[in-house]
Amino acid sequence: MNEVPLNHFLIVSTALFFIGVFGFLSRRNLVTILMSVELILNSVNINFIAFNEYLWPGKMDGLYFTLFIIAIAAAEAAVAIAIIIHLYRHYRSIDAEDTDTLRF
Amino acid sequence: MSVSAMFFYGLSAAVLISALLAVTSRNIFRSAIFLLFSLVSIAGIYFWMDYQFIAAVQTIVYVGGIVVLIIFSIFLTQQAGVDLPTPLRGRLFFAALASLCGFLLVTLQLLAHPFRKGAEPAMSKDMKAIGSGLLSTVENGYALPFELMSILLLAAMVGCIVIALKPNTVTE
Repeated sequence: MNEVPLNHFLIVSTALFFIGVFGFLSRRNLVTILMSVELILNSVNINFIAFNEYLWPGKMDGLYFTLFIIAIAAAEAAVAIAIIIHLYRHYRSIDAEDTDTLRF
Repeated sequence: MSVSAMFFYGLSAAVLISALLAVTSRNIFRSAIFLLFSLVSIAGIYFWMDYQFIAAVQTIVYVGGIVVLIIFSIFLTQQAGVDLPTPLRGRLFFAALASLCGFLLVTLQLLAHPFRKGAEPAMSKDMKAIGSGLLSTVENGYALPFELMSILLLAAMVGCIVIALKPNTVTE
């Protein structure tokens, strides 16, 4: 694994992050927006693991951060899906354009 | 290029292509399945880097948990066979522009920055070391965040139940 430089990992995770940003900005369905957020969180995890492996191989901080991010992502996905289901009961739609009660 | 490096580039290509399909597909089920492939390929990258524990957690939590949850919510909220509405053209353009500019900016910064390789000897990442680090309270121990995480998960679980309850059962 030494022949792959650190930069390539970082470029892959940057590309994944901005693919997630693109989906977050362009999608209208709340479930697909949630999926884009998962992609963004995963790109951050790749970054943490790559930095841990290449820059601080004697420590495991990146590994623990990745574990905690995965746990937080699971909690976030569960809460987001509960909110989406509640919204669906209210509006019969999960399109981000339809939930405009707070818009004046 | 060695076979090992080719594995990495193949996995990265799989991650990026399936992620791109996941955010652009018009069919929400296909989108969820492409997300699944992307997450599995990321687990493959962790396996390739010899982080077996993280790869296992990624597979169990993301693939076994979050994607299944997302597919459930698609079942609950989507009519079968109906494609997603097309995004507004101007918004699509500006989203692509913003993410492309951000990608170029970050990549240029990355290539200009010299990363100094760590000199310490590599630590073993076996299950025993990870577990004792998670529960130790001395230096480099993560007992406090670990306990905070359990409180967070409990709060999220209670919050989900309260939010998703039917309103008339609450008022009774």
